[in-house]
Amino acid sequence: MTGPANDTRTLAPPAVNPETQAFWDAAAEGRLLLKHCLACGETHYYPRSLCPFCFSDRTEWREAAGTGEIYTVSVMRRGAGAPYAVAYVTLDEGPRMLTNLRGDLDAFRIGDRVRVSFEATDGGPTVPMFRAAG
Amino acid sequence: MTIKRKAAIAGVFEHPTRLAPDKSTPQLHAECAAGALADAGLSKDDVDGYFCAGDAPGFGPLSMVDYMGLRPRHVDSTETGGSSYILHVAHAAEAIALGKCRVALITLAGRPRSEAMNRSLGHAPEAGFDGWVGVTNHNSYGMVAARHMHEFGTTSEQLAWIKVAASTHAQHNEHAMLRDVVSMEDVLSSPMISDPLHRLDCCVVSDGGGAIIVAAPEVARELGRPIVNVLGAGEAPKGQAGGKVDLTYSGAAWSGPAAFAEAGVTPQDMKYASIYDSFTITVLMQLEDLGFCRKGEGGRFVADGNLISGVGKLPFNTDGGGLCNNHPMHRGGITKVIEAVRQLRGEAHPKVQVPNCDLAVATGIGGSLGVRHGAATLVMERV
Repeated sequence: MTGPANDTRTLAPPAVNPETQAFWDAAAEGRLLLKHCLACGETHYYPRSLCPFCFSDRTEWREAAGTGEIYTVSVMRRGAGAPYAVAYVTLDEGPRMLTNLRGDLDAFRIGDRVRVSFEATDGGPTVPMFRAAG
Repeated sequence: MTIKRKAAIAGVFEHPTRLAPDKSTPQLHAECAAGALADAGLSKDDVDGYFCAGDAPGFGPLSMVDYMGLRPRHVDSTETGGSSYILHVAHAAEAIALGKCRVALITLAGRPRSEAMNRSLGHAPEAGFDGWVGVTNHNSYGMVAARHMHEFGTTSEQLAWIKVAASTHAQHNEHAMLRDVVSMEDVLSSPMISDPLHRLDCCVVSDGGGAIIVAAPEVARELGRPIVNVLGAGEAPKGQAGGKVDLTYSGAAWSGPAAFAEAGVTPQDMKYASIYDSFTITVLMQLEDLGFCRKGEGGRFVADGNLISGVGKLPFNTDGGGLCNNHPMHRGGITKVIEAVRQLRGEAHPKVQVPNCDLAVATGIGGSLGVRHGAATLVMERV
C-alpha cells in the first residue's frame, strides 16, 4: 500500500420519501434519529411508520447518542469507488445499522468503538457514517 | 398435506453457452425450455404451468408465455434472486399436488457478460438506507465472512478449500468457464476484492441459463427416464430484522430443517449436495445451517478435500458450481438443481459421479447474504 486507504467517493444523495423525511431533516442538522415503538418498547432501524416487531403505529423519533461498535466490516478493494468500507455498526441503543466507516480504512477492527459522522452527498442531505471514536 | 413424492423432475437443461453476444435473453429462455422438454421427452404443448423469476424480461410471466407460445393454466413468478428456481421446483410440486397443472416449466436466462445490468433499488423500502452505502454482493458477503472469522476462527485457507474442490470437479466439465485446478495458494494470492474475499472466492459471471420440467408422477412414469422425486422443500427470506442483524446464520437454518423434515431424511443421509456458491463463504454458511456440521465448524468441515467427489465425505457441486462452471445471470439456483438431477440419474461426468446416488439436496441463497436474502432447500430422491 502507498499510504492509508481513504474513501473519496462522491455520494449520490439518499432517496427521501414522506415516511423518512424527518430522519433526513435531522441528518442534515447532524442528528441521528431512530424510531422507537411506544407499544412494545423496541427501537428499530431503518425507520418505519409501523413497528416491524409488533406492527403498532405508535412509533416516535428519538435522537440516538451516535456511538456504537463495529459488528463487521469489509473494505471494498476493487470496482467503482474503491476503496471504501462497508460495515454494520451496533448502536448503543441496540439496532445494527448498515453504513460506511471513514478514516484509515485498514485500521478498523470488529469491536472497535466508533462515532457517527455526517458526510456530504452530491446535493442531498448528509448521511450517517462512522469514524473511530475518541 | 405434503409435496413428498407428489411430483418428479422429468427434464433438465443447462445451456452450454457462457458468452452469448449474438442472442437475445428471451431466445436463451426459449432454447433452455426446448432443451429441458427434449430431455424429458415432452413437447411445448404439454406444458400447462410456467415459472420464472426476475431475470425473465418483460411483464413477469406474461411476456415470456406469449413469446414462447405457451398456454399455461398456472403461473408463478416468485422472485427470491438466485434461489428462485429451487423454490420454483417446490412451488411447481405444490401446484401439481393440488391439480393446478401437470407439466411445469421453469426457465432462467440472462446475458450479464454481454450487456450491463441496471440494478436500481427504485422505491424499495430500504432504498434510502442501502443506496449510498455502496453495498454490493462482494462486500455484503465479505461482511458475513469477516464476522464468521471473528466469531468462529474460520480462516481464508479453509474458505479456499471450497474453491479447490470446485475446481477439481470443473476440470472434467467441458462447458465450465474455469477448468484449471487451482491450489489453496492460488486462491490466497489472487487479488483481494472485498476483505476477506479474494477474486477466487467469487463465482464466475456468465451468460446462459437453464430450465427444469416438473411433472405429475403419472406423467413422469410414462417418459422412460429415471424418476427423480421431490421429497421435501423449505424456503426462508432473512434480512436485517429491524436492526436485529445476525450474520452468523442464513435463512438456510430455517429452509434446511423444513426440507429435511418434510422429506423424512437427515443431512447425513445425503449422497450428494448442490450448495449455492456465489462465494466460498456462501457454501460454508449453508453447510452449517443445513446441519452437515455444527455452527462454527464449517471451516474444519470443508478442509482437506472433504467436498471433493471420491475423496471427501460430502461431494458437492460436481459440475464445478458457480465458482468454476456457470453462474448464469448472476443466479446459481437452477444449475444447482440440474447437477443434482444428473447425479441422481447417474448422468454426471464419470470422474465425479457419486456411486448409487439415490438422495441429494440442492440449496441456495438468493439476493445478498449480508443484507437481505432468500434461502431455498430442495431434497430429491431417485426411485
